[in-house]
Amino acid sequence: MVRAPVIGLGLALALILPGCGKEAPPPPQKQVATPQPPEAVTVKIGSASPLTGPQAHIGIDIRNGVQLAIEDANAANIEIGGRKVKFELVAEDDEANPTKATTVAQKLVDAKVSAVVGHFNSGASIPASKIYSDAGVPQISPSSTNPKYTLQGFKTTFRVVAHDDQQGPTLGRYAAGAVKAKRVAVIDDSTAYGQGIADAFEATVKAAGAKVLAREHTTDKDTDFKAILTKIKGLKPDLIMFGGIDPQAGPMVKQMAQLGIKAKFMGGDGIQTPNFIKLGGDAAEGVMASIPGLPKDQMPGGKAFLDKYKAKFNAEVELYAPMGYDAVMVFIDAMKRAGSTEPAKFLPELGKTRYQGVIGPIAFDDKGDLVNGPITIYVVKSGKWDPLETVTPGGAPSAEAKK
Amino acid sequence: MDIFLQQLVNGLVLGSIYALVALGYTMVYGILGLINFAHGDICMIGALTALTVAQALAAMGLPPPLVLALAALAAVLVCVALGVSIERVAYRPLRRAPRLAPLITAIGVSVLLQYSAALVWGKQYLSMPEVVKPSAIVWGGVQLTDLQAFIFLLACALMGALLWFIQSSRMGRAMRATEQNPDVAGLMGVNVNHVIAFTFLLGSAVGAIAGMMVVLYYGVGHYFMGFMLGLKAFTAAVLGGIGNVAGAMLGGLLLGVVESLAAGYIGDLTGGVLGSNYRDVFAFLVLIGVLVFRPSGIMGQHTGDRA
Repeated sequence: MVRAPVIGLGLALALILPGCGKEAPPPPQKQVATPQPPEAVTVKIGSASPLTGPQAHIGIDIRNGVQLAIEDANAANIEIGGRKVKFELVAEDDEANPTKATTVAQKLVDAKVSAVVGHFNSGASIPASKIYSDAGVPQISPSSTNPKYTLQGFKTTFRVVAHDDQQGPTLGRYAAGAVKAKRVAVIDDSTAYGQGIADAFEATVKAAGAKVLAREHTTDKDTDFKAILTKIKGLKPDLIMFGGIDPQAGPMVKQMAQLGIKAKFMGGDGIQTPNFIKLGGDAAEGVMASIPGLPKDQMPGGKAFLDKYKAKFNAEVELYAPMGYDAVMVFIDAMKRAGSTEPAKFLPELGKTRYQGVIGPIAFDDKGDLVNGPITIYVVKSGKWDPLETVTPGGAPSAEAKK
Repeated sequence: MDIFLQQLVNGLVLGSIYALVALGYTMVYGILGLINFAHGDICMIGALTALTVAQALAAMGLPPPLVLALAALAAVLVCVALGVSIERVAYRPLRRAPRLAPLITAIGVSVLLQYSAALVWGKQYLSMPEVVKPSAIVWGGVQLTDLQAFIFLLACALMGALLWFIQSSRMGRAMRATEQNPDVAGLMGVNVNHVIAFTFLLGSAVGAIAGMMVVLYYGVGHYFMGFMLGLKAFTAAVLGGIGNVAGAMLGGLLLGVVESLAAGYIGDLTGGVLGSNYRDVFAFLVLIGVLVFRPSGIMGQHTGDRA
């Protein structure tokens, strides 16, 4: 019984094999293709951000920005190197998880994307950047602010935000200067982003003469900070700085209020979201946060972008959609100048970018960092983020960032 | 000293919530010898139900006490229905199966509940509306809110009521009889199936209240919140002596206090080597310590293997 199919297979092979040696007749499809002018090429653009989990709202925001850019580019019938180009979005979910991020990066590389917008978290962007670099795929992170991201010596890593060595010190200077904080407590969420911004903040406030009373750590999954806050309460700080994301910061300010801590509270861009105000409730009032870039509505292309986004997704821009949008446009701009959609060909052009985007003028330094990225400090006022002050760090990297 | 007392208060409030959840583990274990790993997730469903109902009712402008009462009622009803059906569908068919089978089923149910919740409520953090603005009670250097006091007192009242119920009521006696020997209890005219279903009902109802306390206390809920809560409560139950109702209460309070003090002092004690983020490690170290030196838990009595 087992034999029969084997013999059948042998027979079939015997029939096919002689055909292989001869010149095969040209497949019919080829004949149709040759007389046509160069057909439209499809260029895949990857988007990698957390689409599920506690940070999904921010990740989806980025993906929406990328999607909007791709739709706009397709509507503009762009030609690159004399061929019409159709862009296609490949969106992946990295779950804000460094391990998953590398899997997703490999998946995007295998799908032969020409460029990647992502990831959201520094902790995801850093391990993933090695994979993109090995594959020669250019990557622009719309939001990863940990300095290490562009310090690995990869030619493919870029970002369109100011980094923590700029954001942390800006916060620190603001805390010691305008807020006049003398006694400071620092908490981080034990992630690459949280620790990075908290370290930079700590160094600057210390240098500015404020006393750092405590450095505490929590995790990016916890919601109980009573014990840490009680300890901090005993040290009587006048300002608490948190390096982390809104799902922790919201409950944290609530618990500060419950414990009767009167200190001011500030954080980085991870808490500068509508979600923070929702989670923090009344306790969010008066909280300060910095964010790279200009206020949404003060961006050169802000108003038009916000309207377009609202019309398309029926939602407000959360945080980084404009950066995601611009990242795609910067890629396309470099492809146009190189006359090619091949990563190897347009990558050198990417470094020479001079692009006027939604977020303002975009140019990269030799590490791939945004030149002169402005940072704005906001405060929560009657349930809304209100811009306080915009600072341009002047693109001067701090001394320790060089190493 | 004030800081120490404040940490103690924090720990007692947190511990009273752990204790309520731990009751659900310990009662089921006492009667069935089953570790119901889905219990933490039942609490999560209760928490999210209460959150959703409170959101809807608060938006309608009902008075706060009514909002809370209705949210609690909804949470209890949903959890009781869920707990009893899980027992009927997932555990009863396996009652005579080897011990590992219901254990694995329990883990399966836990995952099922988590991802069903993720489908219903999404995966983001949800915020509990501040129905009542907690006002502070300052007592010396210790500050606690009326919400904390309310949670602690309600938890104590529930635990007291439960102890009384198990010791003094007819159903409580039937529960204790089933715990000692289900077969003999059956022969004495106790309807064992009813007793077991009732145990799940009781555990789920108390768990629903505990879940609601968590969202009230922290102001946020999340589909994965039941996992850590369940693990901690299970630890508390083992700490106190699993199967022992009073032990679960003691274990819960103890674990809460240990965690709170660990988070507050671990940094100073280790000279900054271990930060407060090692709090959970410390909690589980205590568990390991108890298991090494007193395997049956603080209040557990040595019972023969009753597989």
